[in-house]
Amino acid sequence: MIEYISGLLVIIGSFFCLVASVGLIRLPDVLTRMHAATKAGSLGAGLLVTAHALLYPQLGISLRAVTIVALLLFTAPVAAHLIGRTAYRSGEALSDRTWIDELKGQNNALDDHPPSD
Amino acid sequence: MPLFILNIFLAAVLMVLTGSGSISVFFLGFALGYVILWVTSPLYPQTRYFKKLPKVLSLVLYFLKELLVSNLRVLWEVITPRHISRPGIIGVPLSARTDLEIFMVANLLSLTPGTLSVDLSEDRKILFVHVMFLEDAQAAKAGIKNGLEKRVLEVMQP
Repeated sequence: MIEYISGLLVIIGSFFCLVASVGLIRLPDVLTRMHAATKAGSLGAGLLVTAHALLYPQLGISLRAVTIVALLLFTAPVAAHLIGRTAYRSGEALSDRTWIDELKGQNNALDDHPPSD
Repeated sequence: MPLFILNIFLAAVLMVLTGSGSISVFFLGFALGYVILWVTSPLYPQTRYFKKLPKVLSLVLYFLKELLVSNLRVLWEVITPRHISRPGIIGVPLSARTDLEIFMVANLLSLTPGTLSVDLSEDRKILFVHVMFLEDAQAAKAGIKNGLEKRVLEVMQP
């Protein structure tokens, strides 16, 4: 029984990883690509790790699984935020389907924070 | 929150006693320990632990639900040939004040697919969020404020 569950989790997880990488190519601009890369990626990797933790109920593997998932969930959004913010501030064009941009003209100029040294 | 540590300790005791290292035994031990602590709760008059943990659970469940639902929408956008997304950047006024609260709100927003926190205004009052499937800007702002932010603040604030 547990084998089937974790096998299913592996398949779903790797499908999400595949979708994430296809999304990186197919989606129109940087910000939407970050959506695909971090979300589908972290869910996919999380499911893969969960499947392993279910299949091998040993303390070392469980602890490692928890650590991996925690690190993924902490680092992925920070990286996505930094990449997205850098892209926006350096004037990367948004896709033409973007219909509202309340950040425009706020504090997005590159010389907003001049280097102190 | 020493009761939380005590609860984890009780879960660890069950793991050691059963000699099993699986994560499900830990959760079973945690639930058992929670019941034990709840029964003996007159011993700890000062604690807010029993009010906080259900809120943490509700945040986690809400987050997992959002994660699944909106992941499927992103998936649909990627695998179907037509683009259905209507992306946009909206400014959400924040009620979160401290660094940790803003960090939690921004990170959990970024983790839920369909929303990505792009920037924070200079006075730290507005969080600019890139939304992938934006139909109504006001409704999306209200959804973020009343859904995720409210739950995070319930957990973080005393």
